Amino acid sequence: MLLKKTKQLERKVNNFMDIINEAGPTLKLGVKAYFNDDQEKFTELLDRMIKLENRADDIKRNIEAELYERTLIPEARGDVLALLEALDDIVDRSKETMREFSIEIPQILEKYHQSYLNLTDLSANAIDQIVKAARNFFNNTMQARHYVSKVYYWEKEADRESGSLLRKIFRDDELKDLSEKFHHRAFVERIDRVADIAEDVADKLSIFSIKRSI
Amino acid sequence: MILIYLSSGLFLGWSLGANDASNIFGTAVGTRMVKFRTAAIVASIFVILGAVHSGSGAAHTLGQLGSINAMGGAFMVALAAGFTVFWMTRLKLPVSTSQAIVGAIVGWNFFAGMLTDYNSLLKIVFSWVISPILAGIFAVLIYLLLKRVLRLTPVSILRLDVYTRAGLIVVGAFGAYSLGANNIANVMGVFIPAAPFEAIQIAGINFSGTQQLFLLGSLAIAVGIFTYSHKVMQTVGNKVVKLNPQSALVVVLAEALVLFLFASADLHNWLISHNLPALPLVPVSSSQLVVGGVIGIGIVQGGKTIKYRIAGKIAAGWVITPIIAALIAFFALFFLKNVFEMKVSNPVSYRLSKPVVKRLRTHDIIIKEDDRNKKFKNAIKVKRFVNNSSYLSQTDLEEIVASARVDSFYFSSSRLKNFQNDHGELFSENELQRFNDLKGQRFSHEWQLRDQILEKVFQQKKAALKNEENNHKLELIKENFKVSHQTN
Repeated sequence: MLLKKTKQLERKVNNFMDIINEAGPTLKLGVKAYFNDDQEKFTELLDRMIKLENRADDIKRNIEAELYERTLIPEARGDVLALLEALDDIVDRSKETMREFSIEIPQILEKYHQSYLNLTDLSANAIDQIVKAARNFFNNTMQARHYVSKVYYWEKEADRESGSLLRKIFRDDELKDLSEKFHHRAFVERIDRVADIAEDVADKLSIFSIKRSI
Repeated sequence: MILIYLSSGLFLGWSLGANDASNIFGTAVGTRMVKFRTAAIVASIFVILGAVHSGSGAAHTLGQLGSINAMGGAFMVALAAGFTVFWMTRLKLPVSTSQAIVGAIVGWNFFAGMLTDYNSLLKIVFSWVISPILAGIFAVLIYLLLKRVLRLTPVSILRLDVYTRAGLIVVGAFGAYSLGANNIANVMGVFIPAAPFEAIQIAGINFSGTQQLFLLGSLAIAVGIFTYSHKVMQTVGNKVVKLNPQSALVVVLAEALVLFLFASADLHNWLISHNLPALPLVPVSSSQLVVGGVIGIGIVQGGKTIKYRIAGKIAAGWVITPIIAALIAFFALFFLKNVFEMKVSNPVSYRLSKPVVKRLRTHDIIIKEDDRNKKFKNAIKVKRFVNNSSYLSQTDLEEIVASARVDSFYFSSSRLKNFQNDHGELFSENELQRFNDLKGQRFSHEWQLRDQILEKVFQQKKAALKNEENNHKLELIKENFKVSHQTN
């Protein structure tokens, strides 16, 4: 009886992780569609991202309610909820980034497209690894730390990529207006921010794992 | 009237339930892993089971330390222990009922002129010292084992939560059983020799007087659990010792195992029969076991060192608590006897009669011609007299006191008949027949009765009384044929 309900809850946690995991590829495809000027595809992907965000919110609230109502994992409840909240931020941030592309329509020189795509790739990798780490935190706490270190790796790579991209942008004579450069910077930082959030989650996760390891 | 006498013991039981239940379910309830109601019900049921079924082992050791033979004395001894616990708790000093009751018993011994069995006392104090250390060692071993198991077979957080809850309840039940078995002696042990409960049979199961006494005591513990332990559990769970539920499970299991080791006569006999080291059956402090367990886990987790201040406080408790309790008991008994003129002890007299002198000679103890047939009012007087007249070892002295003690046993035909009816199933057909040879006989020393029973009924050599079953039978016979205390 108790185990049956626990299995249901485990399924919900897994669903939540699946949703977060989808944010990475969706963001990647979205940025690609934007550069390819594929308006239709981009809108479709933005819609998908909004749906992901809503579903993640719903499941998160559902898990939250269940943990409190059934007073499950009382001593780790705060940590688990903080973790879900932080993971949810990843989808939120990814969605915001895509929405900002659709609102601000930044003019990005073609020569920078590949660097932007690389940066998005690195952020998506960080998401991929943080979701693996989080799944492991739930299922096999000891393994979580292994993936946490990979998140740190991808986040550093993303920092390096964004740094080098921004250096190029600010030294580019083709971009006459500072406002243009700033606009570039805003988008580079927004994509890099997704990896930063993954890193924040990883920080939390490593502390929670230490706390959980008996 | 009997309930008034027992009230101090029942109060001790109540405070044991209120305080010590938290050593078993404290973290579970404090961290909301187990509901208080569930914990209270499980703890109460198993405390009662443990007390009634396995409580006699530790009580026997306390009985050896001092056998309080008047209800008034037992009342005051339990009250003195209860008061010591209450007072020291108010002063925020670490205190355990086990240590208080031992002190109070020794206080009674002094007051009543009884000799304190230093062997038993040594055994008891040794147990206090070794028990937290043992709990620490057990906690480390169980912790490492659990860690290994969890590493080999990973369990999800949510499932681990379910298993831990179930584990906390199961281990809690075992802990409560062991607590009842080990600590009921603190609550009711002092009343055993004097309580006038007859054995009864319910649904074909025999309940001895002692078991009825333990049932009453454990009911008081259960009341303590239901009425007051919730508050204590919240404190233990949240403030004093912060443990995660898995570590709590380890600590409670270690604690329960140690309590059980010091309580179960069955385990004790099994260990001895397999040539394994067995621990004496002694009431120990569950609070100190928890501290031992927590320190053990702290060490194995690294980073934390032993808090010498806490260890020092515990060690001080081993000495200070019994001394305070003994002093309080002594003065309270004096007060009760002289102001209220209540009987706090039944004097036991000693006599170096002819058979005693003869028996002692077989142990190479020679009593001088002049000293023969001398009477003594109490054991301390025997000791003083014997010490003055010749130099003897402690063992010799104990032998003299044990041999000279005057008791009275009478095998009247009505008693014999009742005994054969009530306990016939314990004895073989032949043994029952041989009982009839004792009809009409009187014995004025316990050893005379024992020798006769061994020779006539069991048809065994004197030295053969190592058989637990026969020992139990002998205790029953003594209980049933004893004539009320002599006061000459």
